[in-house]
Amino acid sequence: MAAKSVIVIGGGIAGMEVSNQLSSLGYEVRLIEKNDQVGGKLLNWDRLFPTFRNAGEVLQRLQQKMDQREVIVDTNAEVTDVVKEKETFFVTVNHSVKYHADALVVATGFELFNAQRKEEYGYGIYDNVITSADLEKLFKSGGKLTNPMGKVPQRIAIVHCVGSRDSKVGNHYCSKVCCVTGVKQAIELQEQIPGVVVYCFYMDLRMYGEGFEELYRRAQEQHNIQFIRGRVSEVSETLDHSIQLKAEDTLAGRPLKMCVDLLVLMVGMEPGKGSVSVKNMLKLGTMDSGFLEPADVHLSRNVSSSKGIFMAGTAISPMSVNDTLENARSAAFEVHHYFQDID
Amino acid sequence: MKNFGFKAIEPRTIDYSQFDDRLLAYLVREEPSFGICLSCGGCTATCSAGNLVDFNIRRLSLHIRSGEIENLAKEIDKCMLCGKCTLVCPRNINLRQVVMLIKKGIVALKENPEIKEL
Repeated sequence: MAAKSVIVIGGGIAGMEVSNQLSSLGYEVRLIEKNDQVGGKLLNWDRLFPTFRNAGEVLQRLQQKMDQREVIVDTNAEVTDVVKEKETFFVTVNHSVKYHADALVVATGFELFNAQRKEEYGYGIYDNVITSADLEKLFKSGGKLTNPMGKVPQRIAIVHCVGSRDSKVGNHYCSKVCCVTGVKQAIELQEQIPGVVVYCFYMDLRMYGEGFEELYRRAQEQHNIQFIRGRVSEVSETLDHSIQLKAEDTLAGRPLKMCVDLLVLMVGMEPGKGSVSVKNMLKLGTMDSGFLEPADVHLSRNVSSSKGIFMAGTAISPMSVNDTLENARSAAFEVHHYFQDID
Repeated sequence: MKNFGFKAIEPRTIDYSQFDDRLLAYLVREEPSFGICLSCGGCTATCSAGNLVDFNIRRLSLHIRSGEIENLAKEIDKCMLCGKCTLVCPRNINLRQVVMLIKKGIVALKENPEIKEL
């Protein structure tokens, strides 16, 4: 009997890892990626929390495995239609090419929250307001760290929970990774700019993962990062283009204002554009958050509401790189069990 | 009995097992969003009154939640009802409505101090 075949939709790290695992289990895997290369959002990331490991290194390892295991990769390819006949899926790519598969894995990932929607934070209006993703690109470019006005910032504020835990933008959920990303980027800024002072404005700091709490402590002990418990309510630009922000220091119980040379917004995660179109095609359920709904949130998190369709990574919920890779591995096992008819 | 000049000190602890929760119950019933505050302080940061005088709408709400309502009438009068707190609240709490309800509740309690339920 010919090997069972699987089509993985989305070539971020979840799609890459699930493809590798399925391939080593002996299945025929085709990975479909809409961009011109695989790697997804991690392509634009410099270093990873909590170890400051180079993100490119992780991608390289995943790519090496894909090459060894002969995963078929289609780039510049977008799924435009899916039809299921009996137990077989017929997947149309770019309105033309048609493939068939015995199972599908949806690994369509996330989008970063568009910070312009929080107009009160001035992104896209004031030059010295950037996002965590912009800062990561700056780090990756390896150039001298200057703000968009060309000045080396001496005072920087980091705003947590931008687009997360916020009813005003319709995102009630926590994006999980921004807390520790803020701490990581604060440390990197402090290491790269002598004498800089970094303030983190937070509501809660959720250091849930391995090594996160230690990183937070290190930020305080070794890098003099200042943590202020209060949500920034609004910012404005001063005459010299620095940014004035308002918040309450809730521990002191008093409103505060502060001028900074650079404001960094920790943008959260939203359901991926790919998830939205795929979910309509495959008629998958979503949760209140808009992320894809698992058949069972505890016992079958990688199984969708539709038979033969599985899910991996941040299409299901916000996740760190580590959690995404682990989730992708568990998705591969769910597919394997499905093929082996193991309940 | 001989008076040695000592007197018993009122404890500072907030007693969560027994406090006057009539106003709290009224607020949560009339404006359920009052119960979901994160204490982020966005309201206080943007507050028109709080930036000028000693008025902290977040702390005031916190005090109501633990039954500390002694100076409430004087405090709540500092609110200018501009509504900016409601605009910034990430939990979408209708704080302006809460302020109006607090004012009503205070009047009701003053008129009838023994009332069981507002």
